[in-house]
Amino acid sequence: MLPIECPCCGPRDHDEFRYGGDASVTRPAHDDPDPEAWYRYVFIRANPAGLHREFWQHVIGCRQWLVVERDTRNHAIASVELARKSPHSKSLARKSPA
Amino acid sequence: MSSNHKRLSMGGRIDREQPVEFTFDGRSLIGYRGDTLASALLANGVTLVGRSFKYHRPRGIFSAGPEEPNALVTLATAGRRQPNLPATTLELQDGLVAESQNRWPSLTFDVQSVNGLLAPFLSAGFYYKTFMGPTRRAWMFYEHFIRKAAGLGRAGTDPDSDRYDISHAFADVAIIGGGPAGLSAARAAAAAGARVALIEQDFLLGGQLLAEPSDSAAAKWLRQAEAELESSETVTLMKRTTAFGSYDGNVIGLVGQRDPANPRPAGEVLQTFTMLRARSIVFATGAIERPMIFSNNDRPGVMLASAARTYLNRFAVLPGKKIVVATGNDSAWRAAFDLAGAGAEVTVADLRAAPSTALAAEAGRLGVVVRAATRIVDLNGGHAVRRATLNEADGQSEATCDLVCVSGGWSPTVHLTSHLGVKPQYRDDIGGFVPGAFPADRFGAGSMMGIFSTADVIEDGHRAGTEAASFCGKSAPVPAPSKLDLGETATAPFREIPSLGRGKAFVDFQMDVTTGDIELAYREGYESVEHLKRYTTLGMGTDQGKTSNFAALASMAALRNATIPETGATTFRPPYTPVAIGALAGRAIGHHFKPIRRTPMHDWHMANGAEMLEVGLWMRPYFYRQSGLDVNEAYVAEMRSVRQAAGLMDISTLGKIDVQGPDAAIFLDRIYANGFAKLPVGRARYGVMLRDDGIVLDDGTTTRLGENRFFMTTSTAKAADVLSRLEFLLDTAWPDLRVAVTSVSDEWAAMSVAGPKSRAILNAAFPALDVSDAALAHMGLLESEWQGRALRILRLSYSGERAYEIYVGATAGEQLWSRLLEAGRPLDLKPYGVEALGALRVEKGHVAGPEIDGRTTLDDLGLGRLAGKRSGFVGDVLRRRPAFQAPDRQRLVGLECIEEGKRLRGGAILFLPGEKPYGHGRGRVTSVTFSPERGHHVGLALLSGDVASEGSEVVAVYPMKAETVRARIVSPVFLDPQGERLHG
Ligand SMILES: [Zn+2]
Repeated sequence: MLPIECPCCGPRDHDEFRYGGDASVTRPAHDDPDPEAWYRYVFIRANPAGLHREFWQHVIGCRQWLVVERDTRNHAIASVELARKSPHSKSLARKSPA
Repeated sequence: MSSNHKRLSMGGRIDREQPVEFTFDGRSLIGYRGDTLASALLANGVTLVGRSFKYHRPRGIFSAGPEEPNALVTLATAGRRQPNLPATTLELQDGLVAESQNRWPSLTFDVQSVNGLLAPFLSAGFYYKTFMGPTRRAWMFYEHFIRKAAGLGRAGTDPDSDRYDISHAFADVAIIGGGPAGLSAARAAAAAGARVALIEQDFLLGGQLLAEPSDSAAAKWLRQAEAELESSETVTLMKRTTAFGSYDGNVIGLVGQRDPANPRPAGEVLQTFTMLRARSIVFATGAIERPMIFSNNDRPGVMLASAARTYLNRFAVLPGKKIVVATGNDSAWRAAFDLAGAGAEVTVADLRAAPSTALAAEAGRLGVVVRAATRIVDLNGGHAVRRATLNEADGQSEATCDLVCVSGGWSPTVHLTSHLGVKPQYRDDIGGFVPGAFPADRFGAGSMMGIFSTADVIEDGHRAGTEAASFCGKSAPVPAPSKLDLGETATAPFREIPSLGRGKAFVDFQMDVTTGDIELAYREGYESVEHLKRYTTLGMGTDQGKTSNFAALASMAALRNATIPETGATTFRPPYTPVAIGALAGRAIGHHFKPIRRTPMHDWHMANGAEMLEVGLWMRPYFYRQSGLDVNEAYVAEMRSVRQAAGLMDISTLGKIDVQGPDAAIFLDRIYANGFAKLPVGRARYGVMLRDDGIVLDDGTTTRLGENRFFMTTSTAKAADVLSRLEFLLDTAWPDLRVAVTSVSDEWAAMSVAGPKSRAILNAAFPALDVSDAALAHMGLLESEWQGRALRILRLSYSGERAYEIYVGATAGEQLWSRLLEAGRPLDLKPYGVEALGALRVEKGHVAGPEIDGRTTLDDLGLGRLAGKRSGFVGDVLRRRPAFQAPDRQRLVGLECIEEGKRLRGGAILFLPGEKPYGHGRGRVTSVTFSPERGHHVGLALLSGDVASEGSEVVAVYPMKAETVRARIVSPVFLDPQGERLHG
């Protein structure tokens, strides 16, 4: 059982969370018509042996989506942050049209 | 009653004041509090305790711990059977009833031991070749026979009547093993200020110290350590508790046995499964002595030297009077000395040319006969050893004996550290594997690290305990460890060499694997350790080959003329010792296996003849027994009642999501394939959501309650997924949208009134409300209050009839349900269940879960027109992938059965007439129902677009029932294609 340090709830067992996939891929803007961009976002994964940024949602808790940095070789978790506060989201918010 | 005639009058750690009665194979025997079943059997002179797995050879007690390969018993009382328990770890308790295993008709006369004759069938690779090779068919023939002959204990067939619990425990430092290393580590870690959990599988702390005489310095050290730890408030001592696995996040799986001194009433908890979470772990798991390999080395009366010493000093049992100790290391000499001191005639046969002068001197003092450069090669005796054949430099001799103590060196217990991928590494200087490099939060201590003198082990435990505490930030000053020096001399390593005798020489006693099997594996090319293991079944018994792994490796290394590291080591996996499935389940069995969700009207359904159906976690009415004798009769009656009068359905299980915020309309516009931005306040709209890859995720209805507020419903099955998905998009993709989504599924009771008389029923039930078509049009909303609770009435139809969905505060659900039934009674309102609901929607051609199956697109389902020319919504780009447009893409069609007296079945595979019914066919039937309107079975299907022309025929093949039926392709809308009944 992996403990994940939820920024809202503290350390909780990973079975309180839902895994949400790779957080390192860039989601195209909602109206981006480029099939190539969507193809890369949906299907192409680096699958690293090492540090991996990934989404987890604290479903049986605060329900926040988190970005977790986990080492795929030993499950060591380097960092946990709210997805809304991660640099990834901020850049998206800037790009997004008003 | 027997005599305990092998029991010494003094000494040991048993309580002679507390006799314990037990039964073994029907014989009543007496032991004492503090005995294990094994020690009590030995005290009573019982040496034959089981038959072996394949050859049914007689076997005796081999060890004094969890590594026991032979002495497995079944505990059998009042219909309960716990098989394969090592007698060596079973704490003796009053009324214990044990049976030996693998014998018929009795232990001393076993018919199948003749099956040494079967040996050719049972040699290495038998299973492997039978399952994998061309002889596979032969298995059909032999299976019954072999299964009967080869096996361990038999489990009970009744449900397990014992109770188990699951608990959670937390510690700064977990210490696994209560021997000298673990005790020393616990004292140090506690002194440093850490909260310590000390895990010991035995019912006594001490580990190998328990093999020391009960009046020795070691015993005094142990008493002190135990007293200190027991009085410490920060130390939890967990005896009778086995750490069976170590897992990610420093979680250790523990299984704890009940203390027989605290008997509880029947039905109380037998075992407790504990998940222990620790910040750091000290592994102090000790070492396991290895056997020696020679002909007939499995005879009853062959015992590990350390076990013999344990039976003598801990249990006051002298297991033999004329003893041969066969070894190649110093540690076995300690057993020889103690046994001689207790009055036995002892001969030491040591492989080495010149054992140390100190050992020789002590041997001389105690009258122990020493034979150097001597190797045991064979044993004589059936149910008990009688004679050992010894090979010396100047020839062969025989020694009469009633016990042979063996010691082939020591293997550090690296199972638990291996579970998390710490690879064992071979150390030539100790002739064994120790754990490789640990991560920062795990530590090894004592003999599991290859340290074998007690003085050093205690030092090492102290170090590990201090470091483990320090890792947790607990660094109070720790006093120096209390010392104990037992004067052990270093154990010289020696490498096992293959047997010289002609009889079977066993490597794995439990799986009956011999050196011959290993040679055969080698000859046939199964040289790698992992292949060897699978080919011979070596190490696959309940003991996981604790005593056999090293000897097997060494034998294979010798055959290959390779080093041990070149030969490799197998991977250990949990559990270290067998764990009852019941313990892992705890109390989550039967109805407690998973949570049950009940709707607010659940009690009414139960009281009114509903047959309930589990839908995910939900309990839903399947049909009502008042409607018919069985489901087929009932659902058709319930459908008729909806089409002709009205029906009432509990739809509280629908997912309900409150969507609020200034950007709520923009948000819905992006997540639905059809537009919501222009939906007027007070109106509802059917919507379909896609996944990013263009596949349909879910459908439902969303109503605009206000400019910035919407009420979304989802399917019952996808409620959780949809909410999570919406939250994902808001948190990660569009954090700029000012929208909040909240599940309100449990806040609302929901029911649907459907049928031509539904408006009249609403009029009767809510006389104060205007439900006329002018006030409440199709897809309209009416908000009000009922009995002080919020009320929402939506005019929506799933069945194709005029229908209303009524939402009310959950606590008023049952009350409103009853009110509607009462108001509807003169109008023939009847409740209906999910089977009728499903049938109504199939007749109407609405898709649901069987069609929205994670593989279908909007176009596949005939819903492409919903999206029209819109873009910018989730899944829009990838739904246009070329493959989704292929002409043979399977699309939704309707089917009607055209063979009298036959029916369609969901899951049937579709073929063209005349086509051979093999393979995946052209499509499949997804949903079916008997249609009262049509008078025969109809169904929805997904069928290749290139053959799906309306009016042509297909053949539906249902292999599960060997049914074939002809069907005609029609429009999926079987009823009222113009939708006139919505307003009827
Ligand atoms: Zn949380």
